[in-house]
Amino acid sequence: MDLRSNIPGGPIDQKWENHKADLKLVNPANKRKFSVIVVGTGLAGASAAATLAELGYNVHAVTYHDSPRRAHSIAAQGGINAAKNYQNDGDSVWRLFYDTVKGGDFRAREANVHRLAEVSVNIIDQCVAQGVPFAREYGGYLANRSFGGAQVSRTFYARGQTGQQLLIGAYQAMMRQVGLGKVKLHHKKEMMDLIVVNGRARGVVMRDLVDGKISHMTADAVLLCTGGYGNVFYLSTNAMNCNVTAAFRAWKRGAAFGNPCYTQIHPTCIPVSGDYQSKLTLMSESLRNDGRIWVPKKQGDTRSPEQIPEDDRDYYLERKYPSFGNLSPRDIASRAAKEVCDEGRGVGPGGLGVYLDFAEAIGRLGEKTVSDRYGNLFDMYQQITGENPYKTPMRIYPAVHYTMGGLWVDYNLMSNVPGLFVLGEANFSDHGANRLGASALMQGLADGYFVIPYTLGGYFGQGGIERISDDAPEVRQAVEATKEKVNRLLSINGKRTPTSFHRELGKIMWDYCGMARNEKGLRTALERIPALREEFWQNLTVPGTGEQLNQTLELASRVADFLEFGELMCLDALHRNESAGGHFRTEYQTEDGEAQRNDDDYCYVGAWEYTGEIAKSALHKEPLTFENVKLATRSYK
Amino acid sequence: MNLRLHIWRQAGPDAQGMLRTYDVRDVSEHMSFLEMLDVLNEELLAKGEEPIAFDHDCREGICGTCGLVINGRPHGPLPRVTTCQLHMRSFKDGDEIYIEPWRATAFPVLRDLVVDRSAFDRVISKGGYISVNTGNAQDGNAIPIPKKDADRAFDAAACIGCGACVAACPNSSAMLFVAAKAGHLGLLPQGQAERSERALSMILTADEAGFGACTNHYECEAACPKGIPAEFIAMLNKDFFSAALASRD
Repeated sequence: MDLRSNIPGGPIDQKWENHKADLKLVNPANKRKFSVIVVGTGLAGASAAATLAELGYNVHAVTYHDSPRRAHSIAAQGGINAAKNYQNDGDSVWRLFYDTVKGGDFRAREANVHRLAEVSVNIIDQCVAQGVPFAREYGGYLANRSFGGAQVSRTFYARGQTGQQLLIGAYQAMMRQVGLGKVKLHHKKEMMDLIVVNGRARGVVMRDLVDGKISHMTADAVLLCTGGYGNVFYLSTNAMNCNVTAAFRAWKRGAAFGNPCYTQIHPTCIPVSGDYQSKLTLMSESLRNDGRIWVPKKQGDTRSPEQIPEDDRDYYLERKYPSFGNLSPRDIASRAAKEVCDEGRGVGPGGLGVYLDFAEAIGRLGEKTVSDRYGNLFDMYQQITGENPYKTPMRIYPAVHYTMGGLWVDYNLMSNVPGLFVLGEANFSDHGANRLGASALMQGLADGYFVIPYTLGGYFGQGGIERISDDAPEVRQAVEATKEKVNRLLSINGKRTPTSFHRELGKIMWDYCGMARNEKGLRTALERIPALREEFWQNLTVPGTGEQLNQTLELASRVADFLEFGELMCLDALHRNESAGGHFRTEYQTEDGEAQRNDDDYCYVGAWEYTGEIAKSALHKEPLTFENVKLATRSYK
Repeated sequence: MNLRLHIWRQAGPDAQGMLRTYDVRDVSEHMSFLEMLDVLNEELLAKGEEPIAFDHDCREGICGTCGLVINGRPHGPLPRVTTCQLHMRSFKDGDEIYIEPWRATAFPVLRDLVVDRSAFDRVISKGGYISVNTGNAQDGNAIPIPKKDADRAFDAAACIGCGACVAACPNSSAMLFVAAKAGHLGLLPQGQAERSERALSMILTADEAGFGACTNHYECEAACPKGIPAEFIAMLNKDFFSAALASRD
C-alpha cells in the first residue's frame, strides 16, 4: 500500500507556496473536458463544487438531502479560527499552526496543519465577499472572540450560528454555478459504492431515495466530502442521517482508513432523558466560563440539588484541576464526568449527568448579566428539558461530537486510490488525536476553497486518465453489488428494526470504545460486534420495497456499514497502546490520571487496509516527524 | 399521556392520500414530537407495517429539514420553534393531534409527510448569491459594515429554508423566503451590484416554480420559526418594482 505523504520540501512556511508553483496546470480550454463528482454538500463539498466549477470543470454534486443546504456543517455554533491578528494580540500563522499541532496531541502532520493556518486568512476574506454576516464591532470592523481556551482572540463568528452562515455562503456560491450550468445537482441521491477502474477512482453508485432507482455516474475524479462517523455511537451530536457509508465503501474499494479510533467527546451536552432518545444536543462550551460543575459526594443521593448543602457537594473539576478548574479541556472534563457517574454519583434519569450550576454566578453578577451572556443557551436548555436553569442547575453529560479519524490522504488530499480525494471531516489529516474548537469549519473551507482547486489540477495535469466505457465490468460489478446489498436487506424478513441494532451497537461502542478504553473492554467489543452483525443479517426487518421512498431501508443500509466499521474502530483503539487526545486507554495514564503518550512507539498515523475480512485488516504506518514543534506533554493541573 | 394521532399517509407522489388514526400510549412529556413519532414507527415496524415517512435531520432547529403541519399550524403550537424542537409537554393527556405535510403546489408530496422543496434551490440558483469567484476577495476588514446593518442582514440570513412560510400562506407564496435572501444580501455593501437583478430574477423564478403571490396575510411571519419579519417583503417589493420599471426597454 502506497502511503507516501508527498509533503513538499523546503522550510515549513514555504512548502505550500513551492508546491503550488510545482503543480501542473490545466489550461482553461482543457478544464471543461474534465468532470468531477463531489459527494456531500457541507462546507467542504459545497466550497469545492463551487470553486471547481468557477475554474471551468464540470461538477456533479451529490447529496442525500432534499437540499444541499441541509448538510450538518449547518449546526456548528461557535466560530471559525483565522490567523488575521486583527486584535493585535500576538496571533500569527505560526501560532495557529503551533496551537493546532499541540492541541492535536502531536498526532497530525505538521505540513498540512501549517497550510491550514496559512489559508485561514483567505477564508475570512472570501466569506465576507460572499456576504456572510459575521459579527461586527460598532466601527464596522470584524469582531473576534477567544474560544476553546486559546490565548488569542482569533475566532470569527456569526451569533451562535457560524456554521449556518458559512454553509449558506458556500451553498449560494455553488447554487450560482448550478444556475450557470457548471454544477449539476443530484439531490436525494445516496452514494452506495465507489467505482474503481484500472486502479483509479472513476465514479459512484447511487440510490435515488425517492424512487429507489440504483444508478451510476462516472467521471475523471471523485471527491468525498461526506463528514464524520460519530453516529456509530448511535447517540451523538451529529444529525440523524450522518453516516460512514461513503467513506467505508471507499475503504472496501482500497482506500486506507486513518486513525479510526480518534473520536472527540464534548463535555457539555444535554443528557439522555429516556430510551426514546434519538440524538444529543450540544450546549456551548462557553457556559463553563461561569457555571460550576458538581455532583453529590454520596452515592445515590436523590435529594433535589437545592436541598444538597455545600458540604455534601463535590466540585470535582475544581478539586482535581485547581488551576484550570471548570475550564479544563474537553477530553479531561469529559473523562472526569464519566468517572463520577461510574462511581454512582451521577444525577438525573439513569444517573448519567452532572450539575452545571449558575447560582454562584447569578449571586456574583446578577441574573441580568448572566442572561446577557447566556440567555439564548438557557432558553434552548429550557425548551428541551422543561427546566429553568436560572432556578435549578443544568444537567449536562459528555457526548460524541466529532471524529478526527477518516480516510487517509496525502498532502494533496488524495487517498491512496488515485483520483479519490477526501476533504473536510471525512479525511484524517489536520486535527491529529484531538480537534480544537472553531477549527472544523476552518478545515472544511480550507480544503474546498483553497487546497483542492490546486491539487486536483495537479492530478489531472499529470495525464494518464483514460476514457472508460460506461459499461466497463468494474462499473457493472459495483452496481450489481449495491443491488445485491439492497435486496439482501429487504429479504431477511426478521423481527428486529434497524434502530434496535443501531442502538445496541452504539451502547457497545460507548461502553468499550468511548471516553475511556482498555484492552479487556475492547476485546469484549470485538467479540460482541461480529455477533451482533450476524444477528443483524438474520433477524432484520425492513418492510416495503426497494422501489420507493423507504427510510427504514436507508437506515438499515447505513447500520449495516456501521456494524462493520465499529469493529475496525475497536481494532485501531486496541492496537494503539498509548493515550493521545480523544483516545484514552486506562492502562496508559500518569499517576495523576492524565493521558500518557508513547512517542517512541506510536508517533505515526495508523492506516488500515481492507483485506476481505474486518478482523484481518492490515495496519500500515505513516511515521510522523516533528521538525518545527517540539514534542511535549500537555498539562492542565 | 395517551394521545390520538391523525396522520397523513400517502404511498407516493401520484397516490391518493388519507388521514389514518393511531393511538399512542405512555408518551413522556420529555420526548420531542419527532421522538414520539419514532416510538410509533418502531411499534409499526414490530407489527410488520410500513412506518410513517417524515423528514428530519439535525433535530436542533437549524437545518430546516423537518416540517409538519400540526393541528393546522406549520411547526405546531409554539412560536419560533421548529417541529424537532417541539416537546410533548406542549400537549396533554387525551389530546387529538392532526399531522399533515406542507401543502403547496410547488412542494409536491413524495410520501406521507415528506415533500419536495427543491423549488427553493431553483430560486436561489437564479440570483440568491453574490457573484464572486473564490480568490477574488479583498481583505475582510476593507469593507467596514455598520454593526446595525450587519445585525439586520443577519436577521434575514437566519432563514433555515424550511418552507413553513409557504405552508402557512393561503396563496402558498414564497415571498418571505425570497425576501429573506434579498434582504440579507441587499442590506450589505457587497450585495448592491446585483440588487435589482437579484430581486427580479428570484421573484420570476418563484412564479415559475408555482408559488403564489403575496397578498399581505402575514401568516408567514407568524409561522416562521426564526421570526423573520414580513417587512423584508416590503423591501423586496421596492427592489422588484424599481427593477421591473428599469428593465422595460
